[in-house]
Amino acid sequence: MPVTVVCLAILVAWYIAAVFMNTVVAEAKIEAAGGGLVNTLDISWSLERPVIPAPHQVVVEVWKTVFTVAPWKVKSLVFHVWVTLSSTLLGFALGTLLGIGLAVAIVHSKLLNKSLMPWIIASQTIPILAIAPMVIVVLGSVGLTGIFPKSIISMYLCFFPVTIGMVKGLTSPDPMQLDLMRTYNASGPQVLWKLRFPAAMPFLFTSLKIAIAIALTGAIVGELPTGAQAGIGSRMLAGSYYGQTIQIWAALVAASAVAASLVYGVGGIERVVNARMGVRA
Amino acid sequence: MTAQAVISASDLSLTFTTADGPVFALQDINLTVKDGDFVSLIGPSGCGKTTLLRVIADLERASAGTVSVNGMAPEQARKARAYGYVFQAPALYPWRTVEQNVGLPLEIMGTADAAARVKRNLDLVNLGGFEKKFPWQLSGGMQQRVSIARALAVEPKLLLMDEPFGALDEIVRDKLNQQLLELWAATKKTVVFVTHSIPEAVFLSTRIVVMSPRPGRIIDVIETNLPRDRTLDIRETGAFLKIAQRVREGLKAGHSYED
Repeated sequence: MPVTVVCLAILVAWYIAAVFMNTVVAEAKIEAAGGGLVNTLDISWSLERPVIPAPHQVVVEVWKTVFTVAPWKVKSLVFHVWVTLSSTLLGFALGTLLGIGLAVAIVHSKLLNKSLMPWIIASQTIPILAIAPMVIVVLGSVGLTGIFPKSIISMYLCFFPVTIGMVKGLTSPDPMQLDLMRTYNASGPQVLWKLRFPAAMPFLFTSLKIAIAIALTGAIVGELPTGAQAGIGSRMLAGSYYGQTIQIWAALVAASAVAASLVYGVGGIERVVNARMGVRA
Repeated sequence: MTAQAVISASDLSLTFTTADGPVFALQDINLTVKDGDFVSLIGPSGCGKTTLLRVIADLERASAGTVSVNGMAPEQARKARAYGYVFQAPALYPWRTVEQNVGLPLEIMGTADAAARVKRNLDLVNLGGFEKKFPWQLSGGMQQRVSIARALAVEPKLLLMDEPFGALDEIVRDKLNQQLLELWAATKKTVVFVTHSIPEAVFLSTRIVVMSPRPGRIIDVIETNLPRDRTLDIRETGAFLKIAQRVREGLKAGHSYED
C-alpha cells in the first residue's frame, strides 16, 4: 500500500513535469491547435521527441521493443539487456572472487593489510569514466573485445565493497571462538572454512547487493565511451545522438528493472543461505 | 594410590607489558594436579586464575618457569589435543546445530566414529533429542552443557573449565554443579575449574587453590576430603562450612583493601 502511494505520487509528478518541460518546445504546435488546457496536455504528452516523455510513452516504447521484436534483433531491448547483463554477471563473478581473495589475504597478513589497503581505497577515487576508455582500448589492442573488457570495468567497481565487507566479516569472530579453534590445534584453512567464512556471510551478502548493482553500472559505463554496437549503454548513446528521448528513457527503465531484479535475486539467495545457517527469522 | 601428575607448574611467572608499565599476572606459581583430581582455582578478579588456566592450555605463554601437561610442554599438549576447554561463555557457532557444534572438534581432528561420539557425549550432558536445534533455540544453561559436551567429545583426560557457570542463575548453577560432579565421577577425568564462588569451589573440588591479585599468586591450597558421592545437602554440614570458612579467610588475607 505505501509503495503504491509513492508510485502514484511519482507518476503524477512525472506527468506534471512533462507538461511544463514539453510546452516550451511545443508552444507553436499548441498555438496552431488552438491552445487551451486539453490541447496543451494532449500535445505535450504525445510529442515524438519530447524533453521528458510521458510515462505511457515510455511504457509503449518498452512494450514495442520487448514484445513486438524478435529478441535476437538489434531493435529489441531484450537483446541489449542480454548483452549488458552477460558482461555484468561475468564482471560480478570476477569482482566477487577478487574481492574475497583480497580480503582473505588482508586478514591473514598485517603486511598486506598495510600495503594493499591504501591502494584499494585509492582505486575507487579514480573516476571510472576516465579509466573505462583506456581499459577498453588497451584490452582491445591485445585482441580482447566483446563482453570481457566491459566486465573488467564491472569487476573494477564491484570488488571494492566485497573486499571491505569481507575484511570486516572475516575478522568478526570473537576471541573466544578463535581460542576454541586454537585448543583444537586447527590449521589456518580449517579456521577459515569452519569459522571465518560462515561468520562473514551476513557481511558478504550486504556487500554483494551493492556490488551487483554497481557491476551493472560498470557494464553500462563500459559501453558508453567506445561506441559499442550493443547493450543498454549503446542504446542510450544512440538515443541521445538522434534525439530519441523515449528510447533513452526506455533503456533507463530497463536498466533499473534489471538492477532491481539482480539485487532481489541476491536477496533471495541470502534468504536460502540464512535458512540453512539457522538464522533466526 | 600414587597418582601421576597431570599438570605440574614450577616457579611459573607471567608478566604483561602494558602502556602503564608491567602487570604481574602470575608470580612464582607452584602447582601439581594429580590424575583424577578436581582442582578449583578461586580468587577475586585480577588474581590470574583465568591466566593460569590459559597458560596450561597454551593460550598464553609463561614469561618464566615451566609447566608440563601430561609430561609435555603446553604447546605439545595442545597439539596432541590433550585437554578439553570450556570457556566462560558457551562460544557455540550460531550457524551450526547442536550436533554440528559438538562434532566440530571431531571434524577438525578427522575422527572416524564422530557420529557415535557426538551422541554419547550429548547423552552425558542430558541433551539427547536436541541434536537438530540451533543454539539460539536453547536456554543459557543448555548452551553451556552443549559446550561441555563439545569439550568432552575430544575425549581428553583433562578438562579445563573457565568459570563455565558464571553467567547462569543460581538455581541452574546448582543443578549443573550436581551434574558436573556426576559426570566427573562417571568419566574419571581430571578437572581444573576456575570460579569465584566459594560454595561452588567447595562443593565440586578435591582441592581448592586460593589465589590473590597484584601480583597473581597462590596463597593457600586446601584438601577438601569430602566424600566423592556428595549431594547439594552437603553444603549444610559442618565439614563443608569449615572449608568454606578457610577459603574465605584466605581470600580476605590475600586481598589488599588499599585500592
